[in-house]
Amino acid sequence: MPHAQGRTPFLVTVRALVWRDLLAEYRSREVLGGGTVFALLTLVVFNFAIDLRLENAAEVAPGILWIGFAFAGMLSFGRSFANERERGTLDGLLLAPIDRGAIYLARAITNTILMGVVELVSLPVFVALYNVRAAWGELLLTTALGTIGFTGAGTLVAAIAANTRAREIMLPLLLLPLTVPVLIASVKATAEALGARAAEPLPWLQLLAGFDVIVVAASFLVFEYILDE
Amino acid sequence: MQPISLPDHPAKPVTGFHLDPKTLFLLGAATISMLAALYAALLYAPTERVQGAVQRIFYFHVPLAWTSYLAFFVVMVAGIGYLWKGTPFWDALGRASAEVGLLLTTMMLLTGSLWARPIWGTWWSWDARLTTTLLLWFIYVGYLMLRSSVDDERKAARYAAVIGIVGALDIPIIHQSVVWWRSLHPESVVLASGGPAMPQSMQLALLISLVAFTILYAVLVTLRLRIERLRQDIRLLRRRALERMA
Repeated sequence: MPHAQGRTPFLVTVRALVWRDLLAEYRSREVLGGGTVFALLTLVVFNFAIDLRLENAAEVAPGILWIGFAFAGMLSFGRSFANERERGTLDGLLLAPIDRGAIYLARAITNTILMGVVELVSLPVFVALYNVRAAWGELLLTTALGTIGFTGAGTLVAAIAANTRAREIMLPLLLLPLTVPVLIASVKATAEALGARAAEPLPWLQLLAGFDVIVVAASFLVFEYILDE
Repeated sequence: MQPISLPDHPAKPVTGFHLDPKTLFLLGAATISMLAALYAALLYAPTERVQGAVQRIFYFHVPLAWTSYLAFFVVMVAGIGYLWKGTPFWDALGRASAEVGLLLTTMMLLTGSLWARPIWGTWWSWDARLTTTLLLWFIYVGYLMLRSSVDDERKAARYAAVIGIVGALDIPIIHQSVVWWRSLHPESVVLASGGPAMPQSMQLALLISLVAFTILYAVLVTLRLRIERLRQDIRLLRRRALERMA
């Protein structure tokens, strides 16, 4: 994409957009409050749906954790573009002489930060409620890699779903099949971090890292076709 | 009032069921090759010693799998073509191929299930290839639902192109993840090292069936593409007529 004269440098644009999104979130606290309570509620409700015992907790609990993260994430991705639309701020953003890729990257970074905060609150509660022992370094690394992949794809799909008629349905319908590798790898690596008899974590972490790179790069490249009005 | 000029691309409006020679030729080739495939699969190929007659579903299942993946590859190529050129042809091709691909994938899953019941003793197993195919099915169901839930035609085309590309890129990763997750599917008997592990008559039957299903795919996409092109024409004509009235 040819850069016009006097255009703001790319990274400065991204930083300004991230700051703008975080400030808007700080004022409304919609996503963080709702997302955290939702993730915690999932952990509690699944406890009734699945009979957890001390001996199988490390193998079953990671699945519950990631279902909670995925659902909380999808709620917040949907919110992020719906808010723009309701306030009419997306048009202003599109009129500004900035790279469409910067809009994607900024939104993906904001979503990752917000999902990260939700996860940082939920993880200790999860460890306590399900009575598991965690290797924290491994657990945090897995969570970070899994979150980047999930928000990387989620931000792209949410931008598409925001323009459809049944947007609440379209987002999970499109996003879940695409992010199955993230869910599988995150669940497996988390199980390993909790001391389950799973396979080695390294291939799963590599898969997550590979997915992150591919999905963010691909989304970055195609995002301009989605925002073009 | 002047007559409204027709859009200048190949899908000329026709009355009744009227096919051009190329499509007619494809249709004839599909009929003949499909009859040959039926003969080869049901009569010519020998009965497998262990599995019995059930094994003959293989001659339909494998070509269905091949054409499904071909169809979604075409969806990806059409998506790239559309984002690059922006012409309605690429969009129509992507849509046609996705619909046909979904049909073929559904049939692949059903034939596989019919075979698995007597051989594995279960309708379904969470094996790597089955799981990948099921997710593939969901991705393209989403693709088609997305198309029908966007009102603006050009937006729908662009979104579909993006999902078509991202979905196809995702398939190898999904496959890798579910392979590590678990695998039970019979090892490939055709691409096995040291040559295919089956007699030549079976190979021949499979080959005929592969050709027949590939032609069938081409016919279905061609016909579906024609319908889509005619629909694009109608939309264009309607818009021009409205402009004239305004």
